Amino acid sequence: MARYDRAITVFSPDGHLFQVEYALEAVRKGNAAVGVRGTDTVVLAVEKKSTPKLQDTRSARKIVSLDNHVALACAGLKADARVLINKARIECQSHRLTLEDPVTVEYITRYIAGLQQKYTQSGGVRPFGLSTLIVGFDPYTRIPSLYQTDPSGTFSAWKANATGRNSNSIREFLEKNYKETSGQETVKLAIRALLEVVESGGKNIEVALMTREEGTLKQLEEAEIDAIVAEIEAEKAAAEAAKKGPSRET
Amino acid sequence: MECVFGLVGEGFAIVAADTSAVHSILLHKNNEDKIMLLDSHKLVAASGEPGDRVQFTEYVQKNVSLYKFRNGIPLTTAAAANFTRGELATALRKNPYSVNILMAGYDNESGASLYYIDYIATLHKVDKGAFGYGSYFSLSTMDRHYRPDMSVEEAIELVDKCILEIRSRLVVAPPNFVIKIVDKDGARDYAWRQSVQDVTTAAV
Repeated sequence: MARYDRAITVFSPDGHLFQVEYALEAVRKGNAAVGVRGTDTVVLAVEKKSTPKLQDTRSARKIVSLDNHVALACAGLKADARVLINKARIECQSHRLTLEDPVTVEYITRYIAGLQQKYTQSGGVRPFGLSTLIVGFDPYTRIPSLYQTDPSGTFSAWKANATGRNSNSIREFLEKNYKETSGQETVKLAIRALLEVVESGGKNIEVALMTREEGTLKQLEEAEIDAIVAEIEAEKAAAEAAKKGPSRET
Repeated sequence: MECVFGLVGEGFAIVAADTSAVHSILLHKNNEDKIMLLDSHKLVAASGEPGDRVQFTEYVQKNVSLYKFRNGIPLTTAAAANFTRGELATALRKNPYSVNILMAGYDNESGASLYYIDYIATLHKVDKGAFGYGSYFSLSTMDRHYRPDMSVEEAIELVDKCILEIRSRLVVAPPNFVIKIVDKDGARDYAWRQSVQDVTTAAV
């Protein structure tokens, strides 16, 4: 074991942890993911890079359930994601067993972030190369939450956020266009944000939502996504026409 | 004195359990629910050491949930029964659980089923089964009247016959029973059979 206790993540002279920063680079190369928190709905939308024709799409789901009331989407190394998701699922059930209560969204986020941090301060391991977006409704209070974690192990709550490819542009869009939404409006906001950087169409996006009354994750079918995209395009076209309209008259 | 029994009918399985929580000569409560919902389509009726009963069945329940999240589909009744038996067997020669279990479930492919799992990790797939002193009476009654194609009403009649037999012939018979059913629509409470309600006396 002597060979493997040399730390891989060490400080640089100017106080950086380069391995963690390189992990963030890996996240920046991953597919775009958006999360939006509404008053009674939380939505996750993830870019689907061109799916190979022969692949069974059901086996490559990018938005997963951690428990009945908590879901996760991520950007970065998918294999690392599998490990983190598995540990989180075990923790959700373990919490239910020992505390007779489901986890709160903050608890499981803190757990995942704690795991990610541990791997930046342990011998012989590298950090997880992914950032996660975690959504859900807390048990009993039914308050909706959206959290984000990153490879350094930091986490915080957001009203809306994006990670992965072009996340900065998406975040800019969200900052400009965010307002308190509910139900279908929340879904539209998330998809509009993602469409800023992703080719239009139901087969390029994976969308899932959770409502306060339903409580469990619902994945949208391609047809449903196409319908919402069509609505968004129509709204955009109407807005463009309205802008051009008055000036043509003068 | 704990009585647990169950049977399989046409497209459903029923389990019944007494509801007394006993400690030596004291009856703690007479509405203790010993039949747990393992998942949407499975029931676990357990009898035995009170601590072990709850700890072990909850442990199985959480592991069944975990499987569903990891794999996207729930376990079959047979798989859940075999998992339970495996856990009992592993613990047997170290730290055995004193729990007897009747696991009832409904799967779309194979219909309703009932599994008999005793505390030393015996596993049998059965049409009818029972644990405890009550089994002497309920098994005989079920042997006499059971048919594989019983309807829910006929099965409940048989369950009530068994409860009557237990109440009239077992020296310290439990006063109350709970009956639960599982079929294609899921696992749920069916009825309670109470001969003694909780006594509340007015303050003097």
